[in-house]
Amino acid sequence: MVKKTALHEAHKKLGAKMGEFAGYDMPLYYGLGVMKEHEWTRNRAGLFDVSHMGQIHVKGMEGKKDAVEFFEKITPSSFQNQKINRTKYTVLTNEQGGIIDDLMVTRTGENEFHCVINAGCKDKDIAWIKSQITPGLDFHYYDDLSLIALQGQASEKVIRDVLGVDLSELPYMGLWAQDDNKLFISRLGYTGEDGFELSVPDADAEHLWNNLLSHEDVQPIGLAARDSLRLEMGYCLYGHDIDATTSPLEADLGWVMGKDNTGFIGTDVVLKQKAEGITRKRVGIKLLDKGVAREGAEVQLEDGAKIGELCSGGFSPTLGYSIGQAYLPIAYVNERQKIIVNVRGRAIKAEVAKMPFLAPKTKTTQKVTAGEKKYG
Amino acid sequence: MAELKYTKDHECVYLDGDTAWIGISKYAQEALGDLVFVELSEVGKIVDKGDDVAVVESVKTAAEVYAPLAGEVVEINEAMADDFDLIAKPVNEQGWIVKLKVSETSSDDLMDEAAYAQYLKEID
Repeated sequence: MVKKTALHEAHKKLGAKMGEFAGYDMPLYYGLGVMKEHEWTRNRAGLFDVSHMGQIHVKGMEGKKDAVEFFEKITPSSFQNQKINRTKYTVLTNEQGGIIDDLMVTRTGENEFHCVINAGCKDKDIAWIKSQITPGLDFHYYDDLSLIALQGQASEKVIRDVLGVDLSELPYMGLWAQDDNKLFISRLGYTGEDGFELSVPDADAEHLWNNLLSHEDVQPIGLAARDSLRLEMGYCLYGHDIDATTSPLEADLGWVMGKDNTGFIGTDVVLKQKAEGITRKRVGIKLLDKGVAREGAEVQLEDGAKIGELCSGGFSPTLGYSIGQAYLPIAYVNERQKIIVNVRGRAIKAEVAKMPFLAPKTKTTQKVTAGEKKYG
Repeated sequence: MAELKYTKDHECVYLDGDTAWIGISKYAQEALGDLVFVELSEVGKIVDKGDDVAVVESVKTAAEVYAPLAGEVVEINEAMADDFDLIAKPVNEQGWIVKLKVSETSSDDLMDEAAYAQYLKEID
């Protein structure tokens, strides 16, 4: 049976076009339509229901570091020096060095972490984490939390106007918690814009959603625009751009790996790849001629030889041309490498392009001010 | 006003003698959202009923436009490849995508305005 978020009724009231995503009936777009929703988010502030994503918490023993060690086992990142109330983007790796999921991990205490995982990977992730968990660690999956993303340059102002909370000094990837622990706001997202994700109990979700929506700078944005926004940033969509067969290095996510973490699951495979070099890598693709190339379109050399296929692709509303991602043999992983993308038998000229396709407008993580103390 | 016909796949057709002007219905336009690319057939292409004569792409998706009747592509609306807003114009004015010289001018599968409105109610 298709699942619903706590905001399902709110979406229907707004006249959203609903569709199935990862087992949930989710809003694909609202009245503005995908193109204008995309532009609105880039220019003002877009409101997204991302409650289909899973939230979990892992807490270790008092005075120990077992939760820190656990996260350095299930992900290739380092958490020893991670500040409290700061988030990291990372991946769960399998024994073959492949990616089980990509996720956000927030250190919420000396020895505890909160994670946001992909909707479609929830069951698999939970089973995996439980299978790896060490005695003394407490695992909790929240089935009663909603997650609302507010993305765009006006987001900080909207939060101030609507909630009366000044987050101007909250750094990128920082976490703010309301005193009663019923509202958590993180300065992050998946659009490349400055913005926030707000985690609240399901019971409070519709009230918060409607309040944020009442602001003149805010429009509801569906999953279709969420996809074109993340594609412009070169971010990965799990199951498309990364999966159990792609390693962090092949996925060009080597930056999530901590220098001193040599004990994560799949280390041998990944470190061998690092030493010997990878044979393929995820790259950006920019179409030079008109047309739209989507997932599955063949990537060819100019002589027609197939070298890969798009794992994501679509029209970029901001750039006005089509972009995509593909895994290509390392020999062709050169910026401006000329290629062909075949769409329904039509050869469209394209080239390998640097990602992100446009500069992110997220805040710096380094913003250390008087507010620093307050947040962590 | 010219009589327009519709298909179950939401093509909109205007028949001018043995020339069929083919566009897409308002319903299809709304479902697609803003267009970002229109791929046209070549003039001279011979098509059977149900063959594709164009592909219209929005941010969301690509949708094939099928020939509602068998015939030959005799004209393509190149202006539309540059100005996607034309799709919203009436099919018998600037909103056509391709024109077909058709070998038969009627088909049981074509619906008039009222039948199409009824059909939309059924599928909604």
